[in-house]
Amino acid sequence: MIYFDRVTKKYNGGLPAVEDVTLSIDPGEFVSIVGHSGAGKTTLLKMLFAEIFPTEGSVFFGSREIGDLSEKELLGLRRNIGTIFQDFRLLPTKTVYENIAFAMEVAGKPDEDIQADVPHVLDLVGLSEKMWNFPKELSGGEQQRVAIARAIVNQPDVLIADEPTGNLDPVNTHDVVEILKKVNSLGTTVLLTTHNKLVVDSVGRRVITLEQGRVIRDDKEGKYIL
Amino acid sequence: MSFWLTTKRVARYGLIGFIRNGFVSLAAIFIMMITLFVIAVLMISGAALQATLQELVGKVDVNVYFTTEASEEQALAIKADLERLPEVAGVEYTSREQALAEFRERHANEQTTIQALDQLAGNPLGASLAIRAKDTSQYAAIAEFLDVRGAETGVISKVNFYQNKTAIDRLSSIIETSRKVSIVAALFLAGASVLIAFNTIRLAIYTSRDEIGVMNLVGAAHWYVRGPFVVAGILYGLISGVVVMLTLYPVAIWLGPPSQAFFGSFNVFDYYVENFPFLFFTIVGTGVLLGALSSFLAVRRYLHQ
Repeated sequence: MIYFDRVTKKYNGGLPAVEDVTLSIDPGEFVSIVGHSGAGKTTLLKMLFAEIFPTEGSVFFGSREIGDLSEKELLGLRRNIGTIFQDFRLLPTKTVYENIAFAMEVAGKPDEDIQADVPHVLDLVGLSEKMWNFPKELSGGEQQRVAIARAIVNQPDVLIADEPTGNLDPVNTHDVVEILKKVNSLGTTVLLTTHNKLVVDSVGRRVITLEQGRVIRDDKEGKYIL
Repeated sequence: MSFWLTTKRVARYGLIGFIRNGFVSLAAIFIMMITLFVIAVLMISGAALQATLQELVGKVDVNVYFTTEASEEQALAIKADLERLPEVAGVEYTSREQALAEFRERHANEQTTIQALDQLAGNPLGASLAIRAKDTSQYAAIAEFLDVRGAETGVISKVNFYQNKTAIDRLSSIIETSRKVSIVAALFLAGASVLIAFNTIRLAIYTSRDEIGVMNLVGAAHWYVRGPFVVAGILYGLISGVVVMLTLYPVAIWLGPPSQAFFGSFNVFDYYVENFPFLFFTIVGTGVLLGALSSFLAVRRYLHQ
């Protein structure tokens, strides 16, 4: 379970980007976090994978408070959380295969597992043909699917998707959402932030709405309402 | 994860990164070549300076002239005493007969001088000692010792240190200044070159800062992120070091004869050949160390939790 306990985050002592947020997310949930730009969606997710830490309050992953984890434990946490971003964040000097293999290598997986799993996960996202291409040779939708493949290849407990469809056309957006639903159906908790009403409505699951860093709505089977 | 598996992966990614970032690698190698070339030139010119100074020092000596009454035993006793002094590098004895023969040879073309010599009843020349000190600054101490021995025995007619004192002092001062200046210049040039190479590698890694961020994000350990960059840095150093050593070969051939004409006994090519293992390991080793250390420190900046 993920638990945000009265979490506030201020950047450089300024106005809070996230203010007094308390919420819990159960294993296997698909949660859409919506809100205007600057509402605090990305800040909230960054605190989950420890890219930043709360100014006040605590974030729990399972029974452990993230702020108390050692450096080694933090690396373990990150390997257990898959991440997808609007700008894909692939390794530009590595091929599609190597990008995904890298995530497995840092998790200490043996070569045999990597050779077996990478083609399999690429097949899952429909990119088997592009295995030896570099990211710059792929379209935006394809790059995002590589990012998804990398995020799920270690079978993480949680998948964070921060505006994953922000740079994609409707067809690719639909594909990405379908993949996320599929991943969720296999038991992975999915946290999705988006501005896209169609995406949220098509998922039809829990929706948390943020405004000025605060949770103003938390609907179990919500719609995109702003 | 086993050590060998990790090492293999880090080395592979280092090599792949080195090849795929070809232009950046080439720029880093080129700058590092300049750095290593400067270091090599400093080493060789330092050796040339040292050899020249050594040769000059070898040419300086102090001569002790004995009276014609002094016996060979007395002269040899003083020679033995001098050889026991820690400051003395060597003492050469010239007997009265040798001195006469050398005089005749030196003035063979001067008939008047030889005739005047022949008219003298006996050998007018005394025996002498040529003393070389280990360091030019030690001649004063040796001269003082000779003054004392001269006063005790009464067989020393002249010590030419006092005639040569100004020249010896000046040479000592030139040698000392040359050493200091060359050390400071070498340190300055080497320091500047190292900084340039370090900054080039830092810039090369700056282009990969986003990539390092992504590696952090997927949970890569710091050493796993750093390793490939350090391997690439080692390759920059290794390749530039070897290229510099290869480049120095024709340069040394070309500069061999002129350097000998200029410095006297020092020949750049001979030095290169005789000291090849030392030069190779120093230049390549410096390159490898510089590349590895620069990469290690440059990546540190982008490694955050």
